[in-house]
Amino acid sequence: MTETTDKTIQAPEYAETERVDGRTVFTVPAERLHDAARYLRDVAGCDFLIDIVGMDWGDSLGAFYHMSPTDRPAEVITLKTATTDRETPHLESVCDVWEVAQTYEREVHDFFGIVFTGNPDMRRLFLRESWQGYPLRKDYDADPALNPLHKESEPLSDMDVVPYFTLEDGRLVGHMRQMYEEDEYIVNFGPQHPAMHGVLHLRVSLDGEVIRSVDPNLGYIHRGIEKMCESYAYPQILHLTERLDYLSGNINRHAFCLCCEKALQIEAPQRAVYVRTIMDELTRIASHLLGWGSMCMDMGSITAFVYGMRDREKVMDIFEDTAGGRLMTSYYTIGGLASDIHPDFCRKVKEFIPYMRKMLREHHMLFTGNPIAAGRMKKTGRLTLDDAISLGATGPSGRASGWSNDIRKIAPYAAYDKVDFEVPMRTGGDTFDRYMVRLDEIEQSLRIIEQLIDNIPEGPYAEKMRPIIKLPEGEYFQRVENARGQFGVHISSRGDKTPYRVKFRSPCLPLVGALKHITPGSKVADLIMIGGSLDYVIPCMDR
Amino acid sequence: MEIKRKTRIRNMRYEDFNDNESLEKYVEELRAGGVNIFVGSINDIINWGRSNSVWPLTFATSCCGIEFMCVGAARADFARFGWEVTRNSPRQADVIFVCGTIVQKMAPVLKRLYDQMAEPKYVMAVGSCAICGGPFRDSYHVVQGVGEIIPVDVYVPGCPPRPDAMLYGMMQLERKIKLQNFFKLPDQPSIPPQSGAEERPDTENKQIQS
Ligand code: SF4
Repeated sequence: MTETTDKTIQAPEYAETERVDGRTVFTVPAERLHDAARYLRDVAGCDFLIDIVGMDWGDSLGAFYHMSPTDRPAEVITLKTATTDRETPHLESVCDVWEVAQTYEREVHDFFGIVFTGNPDMRRLFLRESWQGYPLRKDYDADPALNPLHKESEPLSDMDVVPYFTLEDGRLVGHMRQMYEEDEYIVNFGPQHPAMHGVLHLRVSLDGEVIRSVDPNLGYIHRGIEKMCESYAYPQILHLTERLDYLSGNINRHAFCLCCEKALQIEAPQRAVYVRTIMDELTRIASHLLGWGSMCMDMGSITAFVYGMRDREKVMDIFEDTAGGRLMTSYYTIGGLASDIHPDFCRKVKEFIPYMRKMLREHHMLFTGNPIAAGRMKKTGRLTLDDAISLGATGPSGRASGWSNDIRKIAPYAAYDKVDFEVPMRTGGDTFDRYMVRLDEIEQSLRIIEQLIDNIPEGPYAEKMRPIIKLPEGEYFQRVENARGQFGVHISSRGDKTPYRVKFRSPCLPLVGALKHITPGSKVADLIMIGGSLDYVIPCMDR
Repeated sequence: MEIKRKTRIRNMRYEDFNDNESLEKYVEELRAGGVNIFVGSINDIINWGRSNSVWPLTFATSCCGIEFMCVGAARADFARFGWEVTRNSPRQADVIFVCGTIVQKMAPVLKRLYDQMAEPKYVMAVGSCAICGGPFRDSYHVVQGVGEIIPVDVYVPGCPPRPDAMLYGMMQLERKIKLQNFFKLPDQPSIPPQSGAEERPDTENKQIQS
């Protein structure tokens, strides 16, 4: 793990500074939050807000703001703040500092009831407007009688009234504004739409064929995973991590294992490290193949979908031999692997590499070279570098805009420091670039696998762990690179066998923010294509 | 006209199915009703056609949907069984595969989709989430099985079920369709009362006081 101690950042005088878990943590009083955020962004260069982790400490509510400077991307700096007011808790919004904060703050508001003054949109993000209570608070009442199952949807007009708050003379004042003007033409896209890749609901305001604005309505697959984690033991939580972004299931699980291992100060045996890396890359390939296939299908090419799925099945076979599961492998455990690899594993992987290379050429021939497809993709949905950083669009989507943000390279975990690979980058930031970055990543993943597959060390495949795992008290944050971007796990432990709070940084939630940002001005027919090129997974953003 | 005791379909032998008992019980019930030979013959012809071209709705909420895509793609390929294509409009679909977790906010949408489908229609609950809430049963926002909202014909367990398991479930449904009396189908299938239904909170009448 490369972790640099950042002596360069001078703490503001109102902040308390400490080093926790390789991160610098600044604790600031709630009134100075905005000043600190401005300072950290403008002076210290932290232009990438990784995540906001809402917290309920019992006597106070608050948040951690994880951020990172893009010129020293391995560093993570955390801003911590709290308010003791539990009746009308409020903090100042930082959405003018980082654009992505607008969505994150809505999430914290939804889960903890903290109001962010200055954020122009304080609707709930996931739960329906009439939901009683804030589920991630420790005193949340989960009685189903309070929130019964509705058989009728809430009227959509509720979504059009946007509450927001300001602070006047230290008092919280609520306002309302209308989302749309009287004569705007709104089309609902989803939640059930064949091209939506899941249950995302977009409210699209149209001017003829041209999109004026897009308003994502999330929560149709909000499964309350973070709350469930608080009552589950650590090994049980592993199963939930896979089901967040099921296409990068292994990688998400890897993140949680790494975070626990870091807290317990153990390391998985080398054999496990190698196998995990190979499995991660296979997962990435499978995910990109599906992403490629379904994006092409969105553009009308069913053949590409069938081809992508055909090649993906090869990866599924490898998983099935070794782990027993296809999509959900449940293979990594804290301290290693659940079982040793199958005797056929190496042979099958080695057969797969040349096969995939050949097929990749075919995929390029089939679709990339097609002038109609390329003509549609080029110059549509442009995401500029500054926007990508401010919106927190990591992963292939960010790299297509020229932002080097691959955790495998900047803060290598597992066996990534032992292999030689490139991070495919492009600078155009349009749909075509995002499409190409994904296909190029498949090639790089094959390269990584190629270097590791012959060198899997002998030895045990797992550390011996006690049946009950208790993490030492503290806050732990770990990032990995999943197929869609930076996936982060924040565990807050009080030394029990269940965590006090778990937060997953979803790479997909900022991507839907990016969708909202780049689609205005495009044709409505391109909306789905641009969405496909961002390749979000909806259960990952809803959690 | 007697309904044959053994319902045969083209794709799998009767003996290879695991649970023929429930089907045989269903046959007994139907026999008790009795049908005349003319109607019965027409019925058989209609059902032969119906059971071999059941078209599913394109619907998936989460992980199980990926396996559903696999069923439609090259290797498992449900077109072999006459399930042919997924339909994008509920009006044109015969069966809805509930693939994935259904949460509180999605439940009304699913209900409406189901109501929009034309009769006769069928429901398959795919995966443990759709059956009972699955791994998310403890969650505050997850519906404990779609059986609470819409009537289910076939349950396919698994998390996620393999594509083969889904094919098996589809063939079970095929057998069920083959048996039904087409002229006496209920207008709107109702949700059968479930065991433990009394203890459930009455969700229909209680509205939130706001
Ligand atoms: S049953 Fe399992 S795989 Fe299927 S949707 Fe639920 S969690 Fe996902």
